[in-house]
Formats: sequence, structure tokens, C-alpha cells
Amino acid sequence: MDIHEYQAKEILKSFGVGVPEGALAYSPEQAAYRARELGGDRWVVKAQVHAGGRGKAGGVRLCASDHEIQEASSDMFGMKLVTHQTGPEGKGVYRVYVEAATPFTREIYLGLVLDRTSQRVMIVASGEGGMEIEEISAQKPGSIVRSTVEPAVGLRDFQAREIAFALGIPATLIPQMVRTLQGCYRAFTELDATMVEINPLVITADNRLLALDAKMTFDGNALFRHPHIAELRDKSQEDPRESRAADRGLSYIGLTGNIGCIVNGAGLAMATMDTIKLAGGEPANFLDIGGGATPERVAKAFRLVTSDRNVQAVLVNIFAGINRCDWVAEGVVQALRAEPVDVPVVVRLAGTNVQEGLKILARSGLPIIRATTLMEAAERAVMAWKNDRAQIARTGAAQ
Amino acid sequence: MTIFIDRSTRVIVHGITGRIAQFHTREMLDYGTQVVGGVVPGRGGETVHGVPVYNSVKDAVAATGANASIVFVPPPFAADSIMEAADGGIRYCVCITDGIPAQDMIRVKRYMMRYPRERRMVLTGPNCAGTISPGKALLGIMPGHIYLPGSVGIVGRSGTLGYEAAQQLKDLGIGVSTSVGIGGDPINGSSFRDILEALEADPDTELVCMIGEIGGPQEAEAAAYIQNHMRKPVVAYIAGLTAPKGRTMGHAGAIISAFGESASEKVEILSDAGVTVAENPSVIGDTVARVLRRMAAA
Repeated sequence: MDIHEYQAKEILKSFGVGVPEGALAYSPEQAAYRARELGGDRWVVKAQVHAGGRGKAGGVRLCASDHEIQEASSDMFGMKLVTHQTGPEGKGVYRVYVEAATPFTREIYLGLVLDRTSQRVMIVASGEGGMEIEEISAQKPGSIVRSTVEPAVGLRDFQAREIAFALGIPATLIPQMVRTLQGCYRAFTELDATMVEINPLVITADNRLLALDAKMTFDGNALFRHPHIAELRDKSQEDPRESRAADRGLSYIGLTGNIGCIVNGAGLAMATMDTIKLAGGEPANFLDIGGGATPERVAKAFRLVTSDRNVQAVLVNIFAGINRCDWVAEGVVQALRAEPVDVPVVVRLAGTNVQEGLKILARSGLPIIRATTLMEAAERAVMAWKNDRAQIARTGAAQ
Repeated sequence: MTIFIDRSTRVIVHGITGRIAQFHTREMLDYGTQVVGGVVPGRGGETVHGVPVYNSVKDAVAATGANASIVFVPPPFAADSIMEAADGGIRYCVCITDGIPAQDMIRVKRYMMRYPRERRMVLTGPNCAGTISPGKALLGIMPGHIYLPGSVGIVGRSGTLGYEAAQQLKDLGIGVSTSVGIGGDPINGSSFRDILEALEADPDTELVCMIGEIGGPQEAEAAAYIQNHMRKPVVAYIAGLTAPKGRTMGHAGAIISAFGESASEKVEILSDAGVTVAENPSVIGDTVARVLRRMAAA
């Protein structure tokens, strides 16, 4: 789960990380008022969206007056900010964060991630801050310092010092850098983050370390023990279809194709999408309906998938392991009777009681196109999508 | 002899009184697995399907001589159960639970290291379908009837995609020595490489079928191991060719966040290591059959 920059800064501040003075605003007038409260003569207005790369997209503006702040924030409010991380549809801006501008002399990159190779928390840092980490590793790979943390004892001060010295932090700032690293590590582990990123962490003109930008991502599986973090979820930053699915306990990701997929199991769902692509189509979504494909679940899945107006055919691929195909078939039939869909539906069943399942589909009299293998199912879905029912009949599918 | 489990394996079920655990305990018993006990704190003395329940792993091991276990405990408590198994003398543990916090799994992995190698527990999962040695024992939630006994070892992240492969093999009359699910989580008990090592050493396995997906470094690590240390042929399939970057595809670990983690990059890395890659999930069985024929002809 992602949170906003201002929320990440509040959290990191409570763990001893230095952050600039700032205030949140929900309107241009409020932004200007907040700036006056903060004082100073230069401010940065930052669109709060769950994505990086805001600067280049017009989501960060330096302002020197009330008027400029109002102008910058009115431009931002209501806009869909499109950055390299948002996709073409962008993310809506509903809050801006106003900060006192900070003159600085150096930019540092600091990130903490779950490293899947060592299966531990890894600190990644570079003296070449300000760029995205991908750019740093492409352009200045030698500048990157990595250090994994032994979970039994946590981050040791000597490790933090080693990182600080490797980055060339001036001696007077070493204790503050150690405090910053320790704060990030404690926030990461105590709050079950999966990512903490400060980019840039700057050395200010008056020789302090400040996090000018901050990002935190949390482990969705651990939110049960962090209700105050779970509360920070901002649905305005999510794809509405995905929010709806998540609220219904379905794992759904919207894509741009036109063949809707309803599958049990994440791996099989990905494999189904891939097969559609190989068959010449484009999947409209990823959807794992999970174990126990009850009629209600299948019906929910149908509603969700067909609510996407791009969907011109639906492919249901169920491997009934512990489920039974006859129950799944009942589910599909009930779902289609309760809420008929006006696009062709291809169903492929495999596993336990497959014959009984197929009989139920046949007896239903519904125009369900059946398939035996996954490849066949994908080909038929693509064919159906191309509205070439005659060809399906010739290959003997529409029985 | 198969890897991890066989007819003599004595199993305890963590959380045996839960609805899903009860169902799968029945399935495992029906398959012929020796389920000798269950562990549920405070429920010691009860029985489930005739299997005695104990308050702790230590009690269960002392009373039954169990050497393997399977965890069905809900996510907030699952890590504790795995550590209890490691401490209680269990040698092989499968964790089915989906949704364990990653930090908990980091601690579990660190905790298991405190035991010397000769008594250290092997963990597979979490968020997996378990392990089956067809005709011998089932320690998992997979439908036993789709697996024929035979000589193909299967290792994969995904449950249903593994079933897909097993069913295709069965339809072609090809059997399985052991199928191991390593699960869809980013921090897991055993990696592809760990299981490949076990299958390479297993005299009952002559070919390995590896089913990977996007996200994480474990397929690439496996490729290096296959190239440098494996003599048995490996057939692979990687799911997620159409998965967008930076999105979590159902499994917590199925997210492309670095170079080499996309399906096409993994396919390339595996092909370069000499692995035969099935180009779509419908031909996993056919690809295994083709390599087996080539082996028979050689």
C-alpha cells in the first residue's frame, strides 16, 4: 500500500529523520494561507499523488509569492498528473503540500527495500541523489552503496557509519546521518514497510540533513497490526475497478485489452493472459478469484470484468483442484442467468469432475463456447472477439 | 526414496481444528499420508478425523514421533507456528498460509538458521500448494488424483498452474516423482535452487519441470545452478509475459521491480542456461514428453 509524501514525512519525522517544515492544503487559498503560516519567502508547492516523477510532470513548483502559490496550486488541483509511474491515465491531484524551500549543497539518494536475494532488508544509497535510482544505476553504478541488515540485531551503528563515510558525508554530519539511517530502518521494520525512499536527502546550506522527498510503501499483509497506517489508504489514487475488486476480496488488475479473464490462481491467471496474447488478442485484466469458486464469487467476477467497457469477450479458465468443475459450472450458469452478458463467453474447465461440469454447461442452453485446453480457449476467445462465429462453428466448438 | 516425504513420513497439522485444515487433513489421510497429530494451543486432548490434537509441537512430536508438519494457521500467527515446528524437532515443514507479513518471514528464516545443519528444518512455502510424492504421500492441498507416480520432478510457485502441468503430464501418461510448491511470496522458505538441488540428488527423478513467474531473482539463480551443477534436463515455463511492470499480480512476490525480473528476461536467462522453455502453458506436458523422448533416444 502506498501513502502520500507528506504522510511519509510525518512518519519519518517521528522516527528522528529531519524533514522541512510543511503544511497540507486542499485548495489554492488554503495553500497560500499555509505558506504565510510557514513563513519565509520561497516555497515549494507539491502535488500529492502516489507516484514518482512529479517534478517533470508539473507537479512540483517553486513559488515566491502568495499569487504564485495560488496559481501553481490551482493548476494542480483537479489535474490528472501523468508521470512515468502513473500510466497514461495519470493520478488525480486532490491535495497539495506546501513546504518552505530549502537551499542545499548536495543531494543523496537513500532507499530501504526488501532484498529478495539475501531475503533481508537492504539499504541502497548513492551520493548522486536527485535522479531516479534506475538512472543512477545506469549512469553512475559505481556510486551505489549497498548494505544488508542482519534481522536478529538490526542495523548497527557501524554499518550506518560505513554507509555515511562511503557517501562522503562530512564528519560533522555523520551522527545525524546515522540517526537518519537508524530512523528509516526502525520505521521500515516497526511499521512493516516494503520500501522507504528518500530522494533527495540533502545537505542544506546551513549544514543539516533533510529529506526533501519521501516515499513509503507498506506490506498489505501486515496492515492488520497497523490500523493507523491502514487508515492512510487513499482510494482516489487507485484504479476504481481495482478498489472495488479489493473491497470484494478479489485480486484484479485492469489492463488495456478487450478479452476479460476470470481465472482461479494467480499463476494460472497470468498464464491465461499470456496465452490470449499468443493467440493474437490482448487481455483486459488480471483476475484471480481464489479458491472455492462459489456461484456468488463467479457472479461477482463477471460483473467486475464486464463493467470494463473495453471487454468484448470473456474467457473463464478454472482448474478445479479441490473445487469441483460441476460446482464451478453451476456458478457460471447461475451468474450468466442472473446477469446475462452481451459479449461472447468462453469457458475452459479442467480438473476434478470436468465431464459433469461440461454437461451442466451444455444443458444450460446458454451460448457458452467451450474449450478443452488453455490454448484452445484463448484462440476461441480471440476468434469470438473478432466476431467470427462461423469459424468457431467450422472447428466444432459451438456444440 | 523421494525428496522430503514418503510413506514413512509422520505428519502433524498446525491448526488442525480449522475448517480448511480439517478438510485437507481428510484428503491427506485418504491419500495414505500418515497424519499422526494436530497442534492447536488449548485444544489438546481433542481429536479430528481420529487424529489426536496436542497443545504444542513438542508434545505432538514426543507422543507421535512426527518428523514433518503442515501449517494452516491464519497469517498473524503462522510465523510463530513455523518457528515452533523448527524448534520442536520437525525436519520438513510446508506452510500453506497466504498473507504472512514479509517481516515475519525474514524473522522465520533467521530463526531457522540457529539450528545446526544436521537438525535444521527445511521449509517450503508459505503461500504454496504443498508437496506430493504421488502414490506415497501428500503434504499439501493439491488434488492427488491428477498426479501419476513417475520420474518427473516438478517445482513451481503457483498452485493451479502446477496442477495444469501435472494434468497435462497425466494425460500423456507421464508420472511425477515429487512436486514441490515454493509459493508466491517474496520471502520464502526454499528457493527454486534449493529444490532443484534436492531433485538433482534424487534417484527417482530423471527430469525436472520448473514453473516460474515474474518477480524476484530466484529463476535467474536457478538458471545459474542448472548451468553449473545439474546433469538432469530441465523444462521450464514462466508466467507473466503480459504482466505490466510495477504491479503485483496476485502473488505478493509477482511484481517486476528490477532488471531480469520480467517473464521475457527470465525465459532468455533460462534458455541461455540450456533449459528447454515451453512457450505457452498448454504445451508444458508436450515439451516434457519431447525431452523425455530425446533422452530415451540418446
